[in-house]
Amino acid sequence: MAIFLNEQSRVIVAGMTGSEGQKHTRRMLAAGTNVVGGTNPRKAGESIDFDGTSVPVFGTTAEAMDATGADVSVVFVPPAAAMGAVLEAADAGMPLVVVVTEGIPVHDTAHFFSHAQAKGTTRIIGPNCPGVISPGRSNAGIIPADITKSGPIGLVSKSGTLTYQLMYELRDFGFSSCVGIGGDAIIGTTHIDCLQAFEDDLETDAIVLIGEIGGDAEERAADYVADHISKPVVGYVAGFTAPEGKTMGHAGAIVSGSAGTAEAKRQALEAVGVKVGKTPSETARLMRQILQNES
Amino acid sequence: MEYQAKELFAKRDVPVTLGVVLRHAEDARTAAEALGRRVVVKAQVRTGGRGKAGGVKLAADPDEAVEMAGQILGMDINGHTVHQVLVAPAADIAEEYYLSFLVDRADRTFLCIASVEGGVEIEEVARANPGAIAKVAIDPRSGVDEAKAAEIVAAAGFPATIAAEAVDVVLNLWRVFVAEDASLVEVNPLVRLGDGHLEALDGKITVDANADFRHPDRARFQDAVAADPLEEAAKTKHLSYVKLGGEVGIIGNGAGLVMSTLDVVAYAGEKYDGVKPANFLDIGGGASAEVMANGLQIVLGDPLVKAVFVNVFGGITACDAVANGIVDALQMLGEGANRPLVVRLDGNNVTEGRRILEAAGHPLVTMVDTMDDAADRAAELAAKG
Repeated sequence: MAIFLNEQSRVIVAGMTGSEGQKHTRRMLAAGTNVVGGTNPRKAGESIDFDGTSVPVFGTTAEAMDATGADVSVVFVPPAAAMGAVLEAADAGMPLVVVVTEGIPVHDTAHFFSHAQAKGTTRIIGPNCPGVISPGRSNAGIIPADITKSGPIGLVSKSGTLTYQLMYELRDFGFSSCVGIGGDAIIGTTHIDCLQAFEDDLETDAIVLIGEIGGDAEERAADYVADHISKPVVGYVAGFTAPEGKTMGHAGAIVSGSAGTAEAKRQALEAVGVKVGKTPSETARLMRQILQNES
Repeated sequence: MEYQAKELFAKRDVPVTLGVVLRHAEDARTAAEALGRRVVVKAQVRTGGRGKAGGVKLAADPDEAVEMAGQILGMDINGHTVHQVLVAPAADIAEEYYLSFLVDRADRTFLCIASVEGGVEIEEVARANPGAIAKVAIDPRSGVDEAKAAEIVAAAGFPATIAAEAVDVVLNLWRVFVAEDASLVEVNPLVRLGDGHLEALDGKITVDANADFRHPDRARFQDAVAADPLEEAAKTKHLSYVKLGGEVGIIGNGAGLVMSTLDVVAYAGEKYDGVKPANFLDIGGGASAEVMANGLQIVLGDPLVKAVFVNVFGGITACDAVANGIVDALQMLGEGANRPLVVRLDGNNVTEGRRILEAAGHPLVTMVDTMDDAADRAAELAAKG
């Protein structure tokens, strides 16, 4: 099963002909992802060779879907072109659009998210995210595929490298799916969306939830856990030492006045019974205990 | 800052009185004389609570304007030193309202907040009298048209006598929000003057740095005096750096991991005289030698730093490449690398990465296998140094 992405997923890459697009298409293919095409209006009709696999380039998302049956698009285009790429994918009815691009203006994201919501047929993950991986099956984005294997843990995180860190610490157990939802102020898929999908996924036994300063997504996720999630959840929150009013790398990672602090998020999660690790390693130990008690 | 927000408001016909911005108290005399009436002298800093801190004062005549400007210039408000004051005519205020547009993270759309109770922080109104606040969601695709503006004005309960003028202010403030790629535009207070007209008496704009590429004019809003020189240096090297003031320099890859590293170092520091992280520095996914050298140079440029913790998870850039980057960076820096470095490498090709660092045998480098233990070691070294 896994969530959002599996071995049947047919992936296209928007921006496949660019340097980042090429680099990560090669990595996705090496991870076993079924990459069936790319898009670039100026190079339609060409194809690109990735270590012996020839991948065709289409002019538009709609053409690529018609020709290949693609149901996932991974977007690597530069920030200024990202809104156009996502609107095009939503208009074509692409079921899943993973927006890896960092640095998209929030007005553009608000616009394309609203457009996709109105259409009602497209899930957006990101922007400014590492994507989603279902280890051993498929990889849509830039998460390193060789850290761990398929297993019973589901993971949702605002941060890429913290995702990799937890995947690595729990590599002997393995993961059903890991979703990097991104660090921008507006994101297409939230912690809550992933919690629900993991709750419904038969292969997921327990969930790691990673958050960071800014906004109140973790607090809302905590409420959701209390009401809707029966599987064990362990949490981690980054940014206890972040000063007020400073953006910490991710565009959305900012404490504004007394809002968005790590402490408030930790308390909200612990109040509903989520065990929260003080460090990534302690978080991994908490998950390890849960899985060992179950087996 | 207020005067900059007002400039942008004026460009889109949001009613403001610009006043005069000055850096020397004596210049307040000419400004007050030119205005020819009672004036208000206001600290220009990027923080709220100026009034409470004594950064906003009335002056009856030019002499008093100079005196007040002298008191306010150089003042510290929430850690911000006042380098400029705004001298503006004192307004004849009949009523104070509130109006803002912002990014609503929870509902992933835009939101207008309006209230007839302005002049105080909107969070206070929200606590004391939540019924006095109107929140209207704005669809980013359709935006604010005349009908939407009228809906906002009605929802907030602005008096009928100024409703038509308020609709214009709402429409024009929305134009500022969109045209400036803002994540927040706020007018507080929006005042009804004695003559019945509306004026934005104080304002704030937070612009989205991701949109800088389509606003080449934004550089002029940078506060060159207040910016930290190391933060400026990092910006020119395209590194994400925030100075924090502690003793343990931090370099890591990925914003989340670096934030986490700061926390882990702060916990470890509790055991060692309370040493703290000195900075946030994210060198990004690809830790090349050049990027690593730039990062080290900036972190070591902070004289408070006594030890540096390099915390890298080898993902897309595997650990062997990161290790080579560190070795080459130390060579590039030569004698500039003069404080101990604790390195924690984990992830892909970790064995080879650690072997490379060990073989290089740099006397300042200590390798520690786990993030928690490495943080402990770095805090200990910083406390000793």
